[in-house]
Amino acid sequence: MSATLPVTLTVNGETLTRLVEPRETLADFLRRDLGLTGTHAGCEMGVCGACLVMLDGLPVHACLTFAVQAAGTEIATVEGLTESTVIADLQRAFHERNALQCGFCTPGMLIAAQGLLARLPLPSRAEIRDALSGNYCRCTGYEAIVDAIETVARRRAAGETAPRFAEEPA
Amino acid sequence: MKARAFDYARPASIAKALAAFAEADGDASYIAGGQSLVPALALRLQAPARLVDIGHIAELRGIAVEAGWLRLGALTRHVDAHDHPLIAAHAPLLALAAPHVAHPAIRNRGTLGGSVALADPASEFPAMMLAMGAEMEIAGPDGTRRVPADAFFVDLYQTALEPGELLVALHIPVARPEHRCAFDEIARRRGDYALVGCGIRLAMSGDVVEEARIALLSVGPTPVRAHAAEATLTGATLDPDAIRHAQAALMDDLDPVDTPEVPAAMRRHLARVLLGRLLAQIAEAA
Repeated sequence: MSATLPVTLTVNGETLTRLVEPRETLADFLRRDLGLTGTHAGCEMGVCGACLVMLDGLPVHACLTFAVQAAGTEIATVEGLTESTVIADLQRAFHERNALQCGFCTPGMLIAAQGLLARLPLPSRAEIRDALSGNYCRCTGYEAIVDAIETVARRRAAGETAPRFAEEPA
Repeated sequence: MKARAFDYARPASIAKALAAFAEADGDASYIAGGQSLVPALALRLQAPARLVDIGHIAELRGIAVEAGWLRLGALTRHVDAHDHPLIAAHAPLLALAAPHVAHPAIRNRGTLGGSVALADPASEFPAMMLAMGAEMEIAGPDGTRRVPADAFFVDLYQTALEPGELLVALHIPVARPEHRCAFDEIARRRGDYALVGCGIRLAMSGDVVEEARIALLSVGPTPVRAHAAEATLTGATLDPDAIRHAQAALMDDLDPVDTPEVPAAMRRHLARVLLGRLLAQIAEAA
């Protein structure tokens, strides 16, 4: 065991300080120390994409960053993006199109998609596939995921806003 | 899949980073983006006693043109190679190669300095340093020095960096109007390590090649300059005959080893095909 160090960072809008072991990844920090289990730990080596979070506004692997390295950064997890409703339309489109089966990859897919649409508002299907090249869906529902992201890109371009998922009429 | 415990230092300057490394008696690693190092630590392929986090050192940042050279601070990220206007204008090979480097989330965090210092022979940026004739600025206990790319990549994951030395910046001669560049790679899946990749920078006078620089990745223990292919192109009119001669000469430049998945003959064939495609692409655009 090495000594713990204090780390101060902002997670989902809240600035907090915690003592962490240097070897603790940002993914484990979010899940274990903060209870934010929406960030999934899959391969833990940067291959599967299930642990993507927004770090200063860009998607990164939470398993490939030690929590101590994230000092001073702003992290947004799938919980934060859900709360702020910025991905409500993506979540709705994933639901409509059945773009998830077991759902393990979904938080990473949503964050990859949000990152893509921020950079490239109207991507082609090839560009969507390229942007998802580091996100594995072991249920292999890729076609539906690409459909859902394409739908959201069109809806955003047309200025449509989606109702928040939880507020859908029964 | 968890790294062994280590001690963590976060110096604020190059001098303090060198000192923090030296204190660990050689049992340390520098970490920047960590996109290759963290998996190696998680798999326990490496287990240094200390990590020296250089990610907060302002001296290692910055993208600027100075006296004919583009200076990229070592912490320049892959995504900047993708998007930054100065890189697009002055180091087009980096911009062409960037979309092929790993996946978007890796590119958001990975650094050019880290990629070049690691010198993975299957990585795009180290090979592009060769193709562009870049020079590496290195800081060590005795001051800084600059090493040309041709002398930087020594062997598998081995560079001119001595233990404890720090790669500070990449210096790239700015692209000239007569330069024509091309990059592509062949990979089984997008984002996978390439079976073979190639970057080319030709200085053209009309359709005549005045100078050629060609570098390949994934064909040996280091990125490889294709000196024989370059020699056949120099002074030649870039036509189908010249391209065939360059492809034939390329076979003298490459000596890949057989691996269970990729026989050497297949890699040589793919390299030949790729070189032909890229030269034809430049010829057509001329």
